Amino acid sequence: MSSVAHVPQDPLPIGPPRVQRSLSGHILVWLRANLFPSVPSTIVTLLLLLLLGKVFVSLWQWGIANAVWSVPGSDTSACRALRGIGACWAVVPEKYRFILFGTYPYEEQWRPALAVLIFIALFVVSSRRSFWRKELFLLWAVALVVIGCLMWGGFFGMSFVTQDRWGGLPVTLILATFGLAFGFPLGILVALGRRSKLPAIRSLCVLYVELIRGVPLISLLFMASVMFPLFMPDGVNIDKLLRAQIAFILYAGAYLAEVVRGGLQAVPRGQYEAADAIGLSYWQKNALVVLPQAIRHVIPPLVNTFIAFFKDTSLVLIIGIFDLLTTAKTAIIDPAWQSFSVEVYIFVGVIYFVFCYAMSRYSRSLEAQRGHG
Amino acid sequence: MTTSTPKRPPARPLRLSLGDPRVAGLFWQILVVGIAIAIVAWLWSNAVHNLSVRRISTGFAFLGREAGMPIADSWIDYTPKNTYLRAFVVGIVNTLRVAVIGIVLATVLGTLIGIARLSSNWLLSRLAAVYVEVLRDLPLLLQLLFWYVLMQGLPAARQAWKPVEGVFLSNRGLILPSVPLHEANWWTILALVAGLIVLHFIRRRLVAQQMLDGRARAAWPYALGLVVALPVLVSFLTGASWSIMLPELRGFNFVGGLTLSPEYFALLIALVTYTSAFIAEIVRSGIQAVPRGQWDAAKALGLKRSFSLQHIVLPQALRVIIPPMTSQYLNLTKNSSLAVAVGYQDIVSIANTTLNQTGQAIESIALIMMVFLTISLGISLFMNWYNARIALVER
Repeated sequence: MSSVAHVPQDPLPIGPPRVQRSLSGHILVWLRANLFPSVPSTIVTLLLLLLLGKVFVSLWQWGIANAVWSVPGSDTSACRALRGIGACWAVVPEKYRFILFGTYPYEEQWRPALAVLIFIALFVVSSRRSFWRKELFLLWAVALVVIGCLMWGGFFGMSFVTQDRWGGLPVTLILATFGLAFGFPLGILVALGRRSKLPAIRSLCVLYVELIRGVPLISLLFMASVMFPLFMPDGVNIDKLLRAQIAFILYAGAYLAEVVRGGLQAVPRGQYEAADAIGLSYWQKNALVVLPQAIRHVIPPLVNTFIAFFKDTSLVLIIGIFDLLTTAKTAIIDPAWQSFSVEVYIFVGVIYFVFCYAMSRYSRSLEAQRGHG
Repeated sequence: MTTSTPKRPPARPLRLSLGDPRVAGLFWQILVVGIAIAIVAWLWSNAVHNLSVRRISTGFAFLGREAGMPIADSWIDYTPKNTYLRAFVVGIVNTLRVAVIGIVLATVLGTLIGIARLSSNWLLSRLAAVYVEVLRDLPLLLQLLFWYVLMQGLPAARQAWKPVEGVFLSNRGLILPSVPLHEANWWTILALVAGLIVLHFIRRRLVAQQMLDGRARAAWPYALGLVVALPVLVSFLTGASWSIMLPELRGFNFVGGLTLSPEYFALLIALVTYTSAFIAEIVRSGIQAVPRGQWDAAKALGLKRSFSLQHIVLPQALRVIIPPMTSQYLNLTKNSSLAVAVGYQDIVSIANTTLNQTGQAIESIALIMMVFLTISLGISLFMNWYNARIALVER
């Protein structure tokens, strides 16, 4: 509620309680101050309560009271009998393995599951300030190699699985993480190039950033899936997933470059001059003096860009790559389950929401820390 | 290397070594540009070779051929017998139709939610916060598919929902009453627009005069004359009819009225709700950025609350709001290309179909990029102009 403190508003009619009150007294004071301070506000509160009650009751009836939680075998007649007055959650236990891991061989699905856990562990470790050291880069390299080994396999008795059988959550995480891992250094280089004094390099960087940011991501993905093969010499065939991955790296690079550029502009001029004065070269100056300060400035917007990027990976649905959203959409092509797509979308939505909400809370906590420190 | 001394040192003779910053700079530029040109040339030669193998002729000649592609939802006349060029024009109109209406609605909804988020009513501000959080943290494509599934789950035309007389919501989309516009109606609308423009300039004159002698002058007589009397007069003189046309159910479909197809409606709802969550945050932070002292100062001068909101707080909040708002408008326009996922035929969807029919991949994607770069540039130019107009003028 602290965010409301700056708002221009008439002073609340009730000040802080002066006499010691019981707990219920406190609650009453709070209710009066925040829900029923004036006649119009009371009307708004009552209307909202009425609306909330109605929505809650209908959601309860659809999602819990009338819902079917499991069906015998693949017989959906119990769900069909509901005729839309209740949810058919039975579709989730039936299809969750396919939604999460796509067409990955069924007995081997512990491998993508482990890869997902490694991804999550990597994100958690990277978010801790105490781990922001050089060793973190090494950790990332090792983790990404291990994930690649797990997904492909082909040794230690793990069968080899080609990329076209990968699917679901691991593909979403791979597209997002590899896109960021390679897009971020690219973005830093482009941001430096855009602030360079050399006109040819500067205009190349401007052209790249503005061209990518000016067109929708879908057109880049179309380029990767349809146009890219045209530009390759005969016999060179790059896998579809890798092509999409390249498009994502280029896309992330352009957007991250703009964020990093904002950070570079916030570094005071004296820092550059001091670095020059002690005789550092261009790369030493940027790597040791400027970039550490610049990136620290822009961590919250960087995390917001990561969130947007994570959501944008779902667009590969349009070029037919099996990420989490595509597997969800494919799962309900099955005629028996066709009419229960809302349930499946809610299931997938919860997964996306957990990831994005965690990142957005993290970004906000960073901002709060910076505000105090 | 930075040379920030106020006086430039006398130019040294150029030595041909990489130790000299000027030579090093030239060397790096030639190297990078050379690599870039080499890559582009290599890709281009591959493309030329591949296209000749596949017997695809480059160029935009295919635009004159018959498209043979049906477009269900078009505001301009189109049949599959028309050319690809016309199909592309339909696509551009469809993209603009979603983007422009989407921007207007998202701005209105986002502003309302941003203000609700600042409300002193706890319940209202919490609900607005939940709205923003949920919509921002789900992929737009997922939301779009969700809305589209809900649209398809609506009752058939015969059992359509009828919230208000003349409004039908069914799996055929949203059907609204419409006013048929003839030439006479357009003249009246033109008169209204002209009246508004003239009124704007008169108001500016009145404010300028008030600045000179401090006397407030009423603007409402001018408003009454220009915005009410003038259009009514024109409407009478031209004999325009303003009868509302109510849609009717005939057989299995609706006749009359304005139809928003389920695809268009789902796309519009998804874009508007998604973008409004971002706009709400922008509006909230913009209003919070105006210091409370500005309100107090206005009050101390004896200004009315509505006057201080309009003339003191809002102009300052707008300065913070406009730049991020511009990028949201650009995002909405670019996101409208997700239409292809639900089969609404915008420019991307039509270019994609063209690409599959003719194999003209490079030309089709180049057309998509050109259209979006033009729209983006247009929005940027307009918003930059507006931003420069409201920017703080410092000495």
